[in-house]
Amino acid sequence: MRRILSVLMENEPGALSRVVGLFSQRGYNIETLNVAPTDDYSLSRLTVTTFSDDFKVEQITKHLNKLVDVVKVIDLTEGAHIERDLLLVKVKAVGAARDEVKRTTDIYRGSIVDVGPSTYVIQLTGPTEKLDSFMRALGDAVVIEVVRSGVAGMARGEKVLSP
Amino acid sequence: MDMLSGGDMLVRALEDEGVEFVFGYPGGAALHIYDAIFKAEKVPHVLVRHEQAATHAADGYARATGKTGVCLVTSGPGATNAITGIATAYMDSIPMVILSGQVASHLIGEDAFQETDMVGISRPIVKHSFMVQRPEDIPSIVKKAFYIARSGRPGPVVIDIPKDMTNPEHKFEYHYPETVSMRSYQPAQRGHTGQIRKAARLLLSAKRPVIYAGGGVIQGNGSELLTRLARRLNYPVTNTLMGLGGYPGTDRQFIGMLGMHGFYEANMSMHHSDVILAVGARFDDRVTNTVDKFCPGAKIIHIDVDPASIAKIVPVDVPIVGPVDSVLAELEQQIEAQIEASSRPLPDTTALDAWWEQIDQWRQAHGLWHGKRYPDSDLIMPQEAIQTLYDVTNGDAYITSDVGQHQMFAAQYYRYDLPRRWINSGGLGTMGFGLPSAMGIKLALPDAEVACVTGEGSIQMNIQELSTCSQYNLPIKIINLRNNYLGMVKQWQDMQYEGRYSESHYAASLPDFVKLAEAYGHVGIQVKEKKDLEGAMREAFALKDRLVFLDIFIDPHEHVYPMLVAPNGAMKDMWLSKTERT
Repeated sequence: MRRILSVLMENEPGALSRVVGLFSQRGYNIETLNVAPTDDYSLSRLTVTTFSDDFKVEQITKHLNKLVDVVKVIDLTEGAHIERDLLLVKVKAVGAARDEVKRTTDIYRGSIVDVGPSTYVIQLTGPTEKLDSFMRALGDAVVIEVVRSGVAGMARGEKVLSP
Repeated sequence: MDMLSGGDMLVRALEDEGVEFVFGYPGGAALHIYDAIFKAEKVPHVLVRHEQAATHAADGYARATGKTGVCLVTSGPGATNAITGIATAYMDSIPMVILSGQVASHLIGEDAFQETDMVGISRPIVKHSFMVQRPEDIPSIVKKAFYIARSGRPGPVVIDIPKDMTNPEHKFEYHYPETVSMRSYQPAQRGHTGQIRKAARLLLSAKRPVIYAGGGVIQGNGSELLTRLARRLNYPVTNTLMGLGGYPGTDRQFIGMLGMHGFYEANMSMHHSDVILAVGARFDDRVTNTVDKFCPGAKIIHIDVDPASIAKIVPVDVPIVGPVDSVLAELEQQIEAQIEASSRPLPDTTALDAWWEQIDQWRQAHGLWHGKRYPDSDLIMPQEAIQTLYDVTNGDAYITSDVGQHQMFAAQYYRYDLPRRWINSGGLGTMGFGLPSAMGIKLALPDAEVACVTGEGSIQMNIQELSTCSQYNLPIKIINLRNNYLGMVKQWQDMQYEGRYSESHYAASLPDFVKLAEAYGHVGIQVKEKKDLEGAMREAFALKDRLVFLDIFIDPHEHVYPMLVAPNGAMKDMWLSKTERT
């Protein structure tokens, strides 16, 4: 099952490598990983998605909590939450495809952020599913290059991840 | 306020932390620190002959005293040589602080001479690590490192120190912090009262209980409480390899070590139990055998300070996260309260009597301490050597061991009545651990008898430390059980590879250990015949101020039994000798 773990940790050198190392060391998989400092620059917030059963996720959470740099861990998938992934995709935009790509982008409420003589760069944000769906809609034929930020997430409502 | 260089601050911080010994080896990147040590009055430094030995010596010191072991190594090879000892301490949850020199900050990442990424290379085997980035942070980093190493589930902490951080030219105000507070590190201080109440209820309802106590009882200073609790309830106690001495080994309620080479009665009791109280133990694969078949009828209470150890291997009915001592104290209160409040007598003595009768039958049938459980031989049997060691030292020595058959014999046949007396590398299984760890103990406890039980494979992995023992006059007794094989490898090759001894025999290549000991300035005694065994051991221990290397020729073909049947066996499935199994 896909899980989204949100980790609040000290913004210290080596902290990220400890988190990533933990996953490889204990044989857990990382599907996506996203990390940046928070409004409090002494803290980083990391979102990791992993495919694991309940037992494994419990172990991952316990081991993450054990890391001295980690302040708090929550499993966003346990409750209502918002998840966003950012996609930049460079596509061939020539001939009929140029219009077709533009129409598809509009349908998905994406935006074209760079225009070249034969290429577009499209930006799209949303949950992973939406980005996957958009990629399928574009079709392999036009896609030249893809980059995704990985999921960043937050619980809905009152629930807060803070130190 | 004193103005000190980074190197001086480091040494002063060690003094303020109450460090008694630093085990180490100098080198380029650590020279500013070594100069500071030279000038300092306290904090004696012990010069080993290999950095691995520094870590094991600090480790042995920590295990025997309960204090934090400290070692100091230089960058590059100094740091990498320390890795095995750090991993050893990590696997057995031993509090240790490792100071490693590093190349100067501006050289980091440039593949400089003797550069290695120590923080990176040690990451999976440390509790935490620091890289000093500003000299003025040194006191607070040292304070944090010691706090992290010894609190919660203890473990090794690395402080990597680039050379420019200890530059004697640059001076700073020295202030050693009195307290530590870290928002990201708050180990459990006490157990959950509701869970402890539940545990008390389950424990008192048991008809076939077993207390399964591990190294956490020793590390968490819970031995006395556990012993009191077990005696109050009259429940049988088994110890893991790491837990030996956590409950008195000669006590009637002690049913021996459990697991791979555990006692028949301990493994049978575990398998047939209805309630297991696991304290400071981690359900290691050397204990459980096939996990699916582990103790099928048992409800399990698990007390551990590390939440990640609970339900990691085996599902648990009552998990309790907290320090062993405070949880056991509260459990004892709850038990008394529930006994008081109950309308019928608790625990159920009728059931318990029947359980003890069963256990005593197991004991008499195949118990290692009931009757002789090894073959008669003209040769010295390794078990006899350990029993003689036990008799000669009145069961009161600190016994370190290396890894292999001799380790298992020392665990089975020396009976440890006190915690911190049995010192071995249980988790990592590090050959070469025995001698240097004995050095750390002998330095800390000069009046205690310290014996290192070893084999000719293990002892040669850190034999160079005989030189350190000369320098610091450490009269350790080395009990070398010599069979010309890597005994445990040979045992597996006998049992699983039809006796194909691939690379486990030394042929005629072993040194003359007597001469070798003498070359280092020690005493060597060779024992080849059974009739000489006890006399030689008495002679060795009578030489109070000399290191004695006892080279004892044993039956080369003896195996360690019992041995759990693998793969697919339960705890009740054991080989009891070369021909019998349950």
